[in-house]
Amino acid sequence: MSVTVSVTVNGTKYDVSDVEPRLLLSDFLRETLGLTGTHVGCEHGVCGACTVLVNGDSVRSCLMLAVQANGAEITTVEGLGTPVALNTLQAEFREHHGLQCGFCTPGMLITGEDLLRKYPLATDDEIREGLSGNLCRCTGYQNIVAAIRAAAAKRAEAVT
Amino acid sequence: MRPRNVGAPIKRTEDPRLLTGRGEYSADRKPDRPLHIAFLRSGQPHARIARIDTAAAQTSPGVVAVFTAECITGDFKPVIPFSRMPNYYATPIVPLATGKVRYVGEAVAAIIATSRYLAEDALELIEVDYEPLGALARAELAVAGDAALLHEEAGTNVLIAREFKKGDVAADLKAAAVRVGGRFEMTRKAPLAMEPRSYTAEYDKRRDAITLYTSSNIPGIVRDAISESLDLPGHRLRVVAPDVGGSFGSKGSLYPEELLICIAARKLGRSLKWTADRLEDVSSSSQAFAEIVDAEMGFDANGVATSLQADVIGDVGAYSIYPWTCGLEPVQVVSFLPGPYKIASYRGAVRGVATCKPPTGPYRGVGRPISTFVAERLMDLGGKALGLDPLEIRRRNLVRAEEFPYRIASGIIWDKTGFVECLDAAAEAAGYEHLRVQQAAARKQGRLFGIGIASYAELTGIGSRIAVAPGMPINTGSETAKINIDSTGGVTAAFGVASHGQGLETTLAQIVADDLGARFEDVRVIQGDSDEVPMSTGTYASRSAVLGGGAAKHASRILQDKIKRVASHLLEANQDDIEVSDGKAAVIGTDRAVTFKQVAKAVYSDMKTLPVEAREELTATYTYDPINGTTAAATHIAVVEVDPATCFVKILKYVVAEDCGRIINPMIVDGQVHGGVAQGIGAALFEELIYDDDGQLLSASLVDYVIPSAPEVPAMDVIHIESESAVAGGFRGMGEGGTIGAPAAIANAIADALSPLGVDVSILPMTPERIFRLMEQARFNARGKADE
Repeated sequence: MSVTVSVTVNGTKYDVSDVEPRLLLSDFLRETLGLTGTHVGCEHGVCGACTVLVNGDSVRSCLMLAVQANGAEITTVEGLGTPVALNTLQAEFREHHGLQCGFCTPGMLITGEDLLRKYPLATDDEIREGLSGNLCRCTGYQNIVAAIRAAAAKRAEAVT
Repeated sequence: MRPRNVGAPIKRTEDPRLLTGRGEYSADRKPDRPLHIAFLRSGQPHARIARIDTAAAQTSPGVVAVFTAECITGDFKPVIPFSRMPNYYATPIVPLATGKVRYVGEAVAAIIATSRYLAEDALELIEVDYEPLGALARAELAVAGDAALLHEEAGTNVLIAREFKKGDVAADLKAAAVRVGGRFEMTRKAPLAMEPRSYTAEYDKRRDAITLYTSSNIPGIVRDAISESLDLPGHRLRVVAPDVGGSFGSKGSLYPEELLICIAARKLGRSLKWTADRLEDVSSSSQAFAEIVDAEMGFDANGVATSLQADVIGDVGAYSIYPWTCGLEPVQVVSFLPGPYKIASYRGAVRGVATCKPPTGPYRGVGRPISTFVAERLMDLGGKALGLDPLEIRRRNLVRAEEFPYRIASGIIWDKTGFVECLDAAAEAAGYEHLRVQQAAARKQGRLFGIGIASYAELTGIGSRIAVAPGMPINTGSETAKINIDSTGGVTAAFGVASHGQGLETTLAQIVADDLGARFEDVRVIQGDSDEVPMSTGTYASRSAVLGGGAAKHASRILQDKIKRVASHLLEANQDDIEVSDGKAAVIGTDRAVTFKQVAKAVYSDMKTLPVEAREELTATYTYDPINGTTAAATHIAVVEVDPATCFVKILKYVVAEDCGRIINPMIVDGQVHGGVAQGIGAALFEELIYDDDGQLLSASLVDYVIPSAPEVPAMDVIHIESESAVAGGFRGMGEGGTIGAPAAIANAIADALSPLGVDVSILPMTPERIFRLMEQARFNARGKADE
């Protein structure tokens, strides 16, 4: 059995007609749409590498079926900046060395975007708490926290 | 020439692609109509395979083939993790379990189908009859005379046994003013890279050739091993480590799945993909540590450590790994146990014992996280017995500046490194004196506040004179750089080392830019590709800055000389008067200059400018061997508080003072320290692969195998003692150190925090549950005493 899934991913509308109901959203993004920037680290919702924005909220794409995303607006890491025009958070990750192997990075960025939009992020503890659902094995988090703090400061400047 | 790139916190070349989802990891490859593999893995710890029936699976939708050991017998030779070590048995490595299974998670059959979903569907249709042979779940029991044998041909479950001796340790211990000792344990860990192991084999029909994209940090070793096993020459087997999502050692050995995917690609004439799911990754990738150490240290009345002895039992799992062998981890424990200290007599004995678990292999620090944990606990126990502060007893025992090179009692030679300087710098940065005042105040309030110190040294950038793993037949002592300037003036520097997060595309380009005289942004670094250099092994053992960097320096100089020779013709100047920098060759003190592009044009295209004999191809290759390698060292100081209600350990402060020689990129060095310490925190407080008595893994998910997340890792202070080493560039390797120092520093801090209760720390991780039990026991003992 297969069904049609209509989604908007990074501003592009996709109508895919032969989607198996059991297909994970993470596999749909990576295999069906070829958007391999979303990484799969655990497939049980702990590591956060596969985090994407669905209708503006961060979700684990490995814990969601593609069919559940029917009609949704999705943002993946490919929808942020480009190599020649990084967005603010991406640029701060580069500036502060907030990535090493880069595998957890798409999930960190998407979670970071979600945190920046929704929370004041007044303290590092608040940033760390916000990141607690995303695992990184390389950086010890210190520079990721620094990057998000810097992006939050830029956001505050932009608002005032 | 004044270095301008080396030493600067240059932003990484890798980042723009990795930050925008344009990286390419093995699983991201898209070969033409690939097939997908799923492995049927043993649920039995130790059993004879009586029968496998794959008939139903073969007719399952989408299934193209099902392979068991029988189907592929003639397609490969087993890979033997050979070593010249005496008392070692090399277990052969085969792609699929043959005859029997030896651990839960071992691959028994492979299903190849048009999608991973369909391949996994068919797994359930394979029937395997097992005859259980009894689990060997504990190394201490597997050495018993009546224990079943995991490898009958070995005649024993002790796969490796060694002993190191210097002096008369028994006499020195007897003469010691103070003797301290204990039974220490570092439990089994998972390196747990965020990217699970992943392989894509791309088959080229025209040449019966394979390109294996592998999440490996040793693509050169994998190429050579598979080439030998499959009888496929290197020019028909290219092994590429593309973007690799961390390894920490878990991707640093040859895996059965790498053999299987290449065998299957050839048999089927198709491209194949496989990526481990997290359960597979945790239960079949090489695991770490798993040692019990009975150790004793003797001190004279002045607090000088005179003698040390240890008996180590390592639970090495079911197989010896290639190429490092099962000796790598446990033997390194006894090699490094004396650490940075001048201990006169030593005896260290080790046995590596086969059990029904995945093999242990390299994990960041290899052996030294536990040797440092044990030696640093003993130092603290000695200090306590003698009434000496932990800082003072270390000062009295560390090798001092004027004493290098120094051969420690296990035979390792430390070259000049700032051991004492690191200790002093860490103490100063931490505000050690003040911390003790704070501690006294906290204790008055009944708070469990502790300060822990750990000093260690490690060998890095090891050259050809020392084997990375004992008695291993492959060369790990050299690396090659191949640099060329093409006809457009573009600079490409190719290496066999294989970055998996270290940023080698950036740091190696920094070195080439300085030593060649190119602009940093004009240097392209290729790495992790077996086609680029004739021989390489990869990135492991804190070697790439030293070996890759050394090769880069030498090759750059050779190429720069060629540029100078061409430029001397073009500029009609003496070669010695030419300086190369910023991608230009200029006559010193003038504005006469030619760009690399003009030099390239003169050599390759414009046949009128140079005499024929002066048209030297603008390429240089250099293979660098640092012969002995070099030392790196650090002192870590951790400040912790134990919550008596929850038994959680909070790290209040963390300071690292380290000597990694000349720093190539301080931003990257700090990042390596932060990450290493975070892994050490995991090892000290959370991480444990728990196998039950039936050999079943009880902590196989990320819910049960807990690695630190952001709130559990403190902000760290990192101080650099930049003393130049003797190797090319003055570099020292530094990627592993954080994980070596942190478990010991935290263990000592917890012991210090709990010392008012009389609680000792001898096992890691110190989970809240363990701390609770120790505190309960201490309360019980105290009540007992009060009742007397």
